[in-house]
Amino acid sequence: MLTAQVALRLGTLDLDVTIEAAPGEIVAVLGPNGAGKTTFMRAVAGLVPLTRGRVELDDVVLEDAARDVHLPPERRPIGVVFQEYLLFPHLSALENVAFGLRARGIGSREARVRAGSWLDRLGVGEHAEAKPRALSGGQAQRVALARALAIDPRLLLLDEPLAALDASARGEVRRDLKRHLASFAGIRIVITHDPLEAIALADRLVIMERGRVVQTGSPADVTQRPRSRYVADLVGVNLLRGTATVGQVAVSGGATLQSADGVDGEVFAVIHPRAVALHRARPEGSPRNVWRGRASTLDFQGDRVRVGVQGEMPIIAEVTPAAVRELDLVEGGEVWVSVKATEITVYPA
Amino acid sequence: MRPERPPVLFVVLAAVGVAFFVLPLVGLLYRAPWETALGDLTTPEALTALRLSFVVSLAATALALLLGVPLAWIYARVAFPGRDIVRALTTLPMILPPVVGGVALLFAFGRRGLFGQALDTMFGIRIPFTTAGAILAATFVAMPFLVLTVEAGLRSMDRRYEDAARSLGAGRWLVFRRVTLPLIAPSVFAGAVLCWARALGEFGATITFAGNLPGTTQTLPLAVYIALETRPEVAIMLSLVLLAISLAILVAMRDRYLRAF
Repeated sequence: MLTAQVALRLGTLDLDVTIEAAPGEIVAVLGPNGAGKTTFMRAVAGLVPLTRGRVELDDVVLEDAARDVHLPPERRPIGVVFQEYLLFPHLSALENVAFGLRARGIGSREARVRAGSWLDRLGVGEHAEAKPRALSGGQAQRVALARALAIDPRLLLLDEPLAALDASARGEVRRDLKRHLASFAGIRIVITHDPLEAIALADRLVIMERGRVVQTGSPADVTQRPRSRYVADLVGVNLLRGTATVGQVAVSGGATLQSADGVDGEVFAVIHPRAVALHRARPEGSPRNVWRGRASTLDFQGDRVRVGVQGEMPIIAEVTPAAVRELDLVEGGEVWVSVKATEITVYPA
Repeated sequence: MRPERPPVLFVVLAAVGVAFFVLPLVGLLYRAPWETALGDLTTPEALTALRLSFVVSLAATALALLLGVPLAWIYARVAFPGRDIVRALTTLPMILPPVVGGVALLFAFGRRGLFGQALDTMFGIRIPFTTAGAILAATFVAMPFLVLTVEAGLRSMDRRYEDAARSLGAGRWLVFRRVTLPLIAPSVFAGAVLCWARALGEFGATITFAGNLPGTTQTLPLAVYIALETRPEVAIMLSLVLLAISLAILVAMRDRYLRAF
């Protein structure tokens, strides 16, 4: 069980987050660059001191700012796979893995044997004598993972474990990583800015933005009910915030949406771009939500086009290229927008 | 397209500049007594000076490594008040006339100097006019080269390797020994070579502080200066030895290390 309350200031970053993880859990900390993810990880590892807060791992207090407790990084039972792996360039793969064992006072021969078996376990045994610069990205990642696991940590922190790889290698290495992570029984925290990576690797997502946790939950929960523009953009949906009263949502900005969901109070409203219809003239019929706008962007993505519409309620619609032709859509052109009330998901903010 | 011709004035002045450096070398080589070269180099006074010079310059380099590497680490890693002033003070010998350094050493560690007197009365240690004095004089002028080079290395290395080592359970001393030092080894090596070269050529501070005693403080440059009066052919051959060493260092370090300057 990990409880990490981390509050500190570093440059322009104002970090104040609490992240908990249950035994055996894989948590992904997902957020844009500059959100404070890496700083959070460094604070948990003891590499950056806290201004306020407390880090407790399996009933051992690693840090407590109020009581001036700060266990130095070398005495925390935490394995770290750093961004770009940071394998010591002057040591072979085997010596890199043996480093932590040697630092713990294990004899040279014994440390080499154990390091060798870790490399075998991760499938890079044949590269034991190679220097890090001779390893491919995927091999280096496995050596870094072996190095972190060899010290028998209670908690494994991985900072952007796939960012250093070519896009072509990423898929395979991600599958390997998932398998290797599954074989480690402790808590695993993966820091990433890539939603695909987070969803593929983790049981639970923690979304971090500008030094704060904005949402946490299972991948399905987070993607279906985003609570921030960042996640909505990642998932590709329209996210609106407003106040609901009996099926009416007053969106910040002045417009009002009709919704079929009976939630009251402060709410988020999610509209999938596919549910947004575009018309040349004011549409007749049942749609409850109709407004006029200007097509500001046309983003062609294969067999579909994402159309950004500016107006009293800015929104993104997804239509086919054929529809774009029929509507005579051009950037800056006028267009009518309609959304059925049943296509709007409303949930408490 | 043909490259433009450089301005004639620049070419002429640059050529004069080159001649200014090359002509003295030509003069030296022209007057070198090649037939008696081996004899001149193996005269007892030449051999003594050669041996002493190596002892003094290597000892100065060792002393500079012992004190200079920790000093560079402090400069690079610890932000203390007045750091820039302290760094300026320890860098001063790089541009200070060596004879001034020698005078300063004399008034600090001389027999009547501020600290020299205490050393003499309390421990019976007299530094001036001993080989130890020559080593101190050489260290004084040469150590700044090592400190600045090592500090630059420490500042440019990726400190996250040290974080990685600590996360693996290494304390600070182990991190320094097993990670920091190997990573900055090229800088330490370059700094030590520069320091050694400077110590080998040291003249002003040595003759002022340690004097010119054959076998004790008369290093190669001092021997050259003295021999010029009495046996110029020995002076020439010793000069050529110093020249060859300097040239070898410059060629060896040409690409890898001198770029930092």
